[in-house]
Amino acid sequence: MKKYEMQKPLYVLLLMIMLALSGCAVGTAVQPWEKETLARPEMTFEGDKLDTAYTEHIYSSKEGASGGAGVGGGGCGCN
Amino acid sequence: MVKVMSKTITGFLVAFFVCMSFSSVSYALEAGGNAPDFELPGEQGSVKLSKTAGSVVYVDFWASWCGPCRQSFSWMNDIQEKYRSQGLKIIGVNLDAKNDDAKKFLSQLPAKFTIAFDPKGMVPKTYGVKGMPTSFLIGRDGKIIFQHLGFKEADRESLEKQIKVALEAKK
Repeated sequence: MKKYEMQKPLYVLLLMIMLALSGCAVGTAVQPWEKETLARPEMTFEGDKLDTAYTEHIYSSKEGASGGAGVGGGGCGCN
Repeated sequence: MVKVMSKTITGFLVAFFVCMSFSSVSYALEAGGNAPDFELPGEQGSVKLSKTAGSVVYVDFWASWCGPCRQSFSWMNDIQEKYRSQGLKIIGVNLDAKNDDAKKFLSQLPAKFTIAFDPKGMVPKTYGVKGMPTSFLIGRDGKIIFQHLGFKEADRESLEKQIKVALEAKK
């Protein structure tokens, strides 16, 4: 019984963490129409479009497969 | 100890599922279903979808910062002019958070179709918009014919063909 008493604060703490973490999942997804800033060119990993195309061409030639390198225009997935 | 552990785990699971049940998931509208009505401020007065009943309506969700949206504008202008007499109405729902951005875009690229402003993004939420731009074609009966995501130059022909079919369909 005493052991259980000791565990109680831990149990409550874990529950609190669980609830707090769930906040990350609830209603916080960035909607497509909210991606104004993400769509800006400076939000891409690569700076130069031409250079990226060149690098990707070499990479896909070496791999014998293309695609999967994402889309342009940052996280918007539209540009 | 084992009992305590199992209690903890049960507590975890209960908390997890309770939290999961609160998460809101928006579902995309399916073709054949009724298009939800909306009323938004436009350039000249309010824009209401149900007021266009009887016409074929092409609802396009766009924003000034979205490249393909810019591309689609000239096409929508063309298509609106071409099929206006047959009863096509295009409504471009702008989703810019800042209205000035939309105004600036429209001064550069004037729209020959109806523009509505939804800076809070309420309508795309009910329509389950998954990307920009997304368009919906609504038949004369108020039912959704198709949903189209994105815009490429290559889409022009097939989209126009589907609009033509919708215009020729009986009421």
